[in-house]
Amino acid sequence: MFFIRKGEPSLTAEQKLKEAFIQAIGLPADTDFSTVRYGVTKNWDSVAHMQLIAEIENSFDIMLGTEQVIAMSSFEKAKELIASHGFEFTA
Amino acid sequence: MDSSLRLDGKIAFVTGSTRGIGWATARVLAGAGATLAINGVSSQELLDQRVEEIRRDYSVPCVGFLANSTDLQAVQSCYAAVFQRFRRLDILVNNAGILRSGLLGMMQEGMIREVLETNTLGVIYHLQEASRLMARHRSGSIINMTSIFGLRGDEGHAVYSASKAAVVGLTLAAAKELGPKGVRVNAIAPGLIQTEMTDGIDETKLAGRVASIRLGRIGLPQEVANAALFLASDLSSYITGQILGVDGGMVL
Repeated sequence: MFFIRKGEPSLTAEQKLKEAFIQAIGLPADTDFSTVRYGVTKNWDSVAHMQLIAEIENSFDIMLGTEQVIAMSSFEKAKELIASHGFEFTA
Repeated sequence: MDSSLRLDGKIAFVTGSTRGIGWATARVLAGAGATLAINGVSSQELLDQRVEEIRRDYSVPCVGFLANSTDLQAVQSCYAAVFQRFRRLDILVNNAGILRSGLLGMMQEGMIREVLETNTLGVIYHLQEASRLMARHRSGSIINMTSIFGLRGDEGHAVYSASKAAVVGLTLAAAKELGPKGVRVNAIAPGLIQTEMTDGIDETKLAGRVASIRLGRIGLPQEVANAALFLASDLSSYITGQILGVDGGMVL
């Protein structure tokens, strides 16, 4: 198990997050993630959402709060929420 | 003990576990080798004592959380601590509950809220948090404690019965939702069990209750705990969405 915290390569955190979305929602690898949104993006329904949460929690070895689970409405929002756990994403 | 009943390496959280059925369950699970998280609400001293007893008697790791199940933040803190310490959760015995009696026309709002918040809301909070930890590993067993009153109702216990009936519905729904994630959800419906909850029942009424039990006696907390062990273990690996009566054949 390893952690990517502030000061370590930020791209890796983004890649891990994208991988979680790909696995949980079944997105193609070439997806424009900036447009990915809950309830809009195909297959991102409530069932896939909980799978996504599990993927993210396992990938980053964190535990998200219920409010964060509910607030995770887009890929960009996911980055913001995960950053609050000490991970760094580049703009 | 049958190897399928062993819980070595499993992490179990038993709520309301400093006394009564919860305490008996904590001891039975520890005896089966589970690493334990236990919980009390009123006394840090009693909780610490219970943690020490588990460690001493069963040589398994044990942590204690003083937290009220009706306090969502406190509940979330418990699971954050479980995750931080053990990185996983395998078993939840969702046991914390209170019994209050009163005829329908004589129950004050505060008592109604207290019962529903503790017996229903608290159980939902724990199920919500535990299931997420379990789903991460696509395995786990959740055992909710309902009551024969939740299945049959009882005069003088309308609110308690309602609070426990809600746990039945919760169990059935959660089993459907969590089954595909590898998490089993069942409930135990104890009948008349010898605990502090039943100590206050007057002798005549108690005798009447016992007369309605096919096995002719009051049950013991250990007998409920044994059912919890079964549902926690791999012996029940294909059982989910069930309400297991542990009531000696009680008729209401």
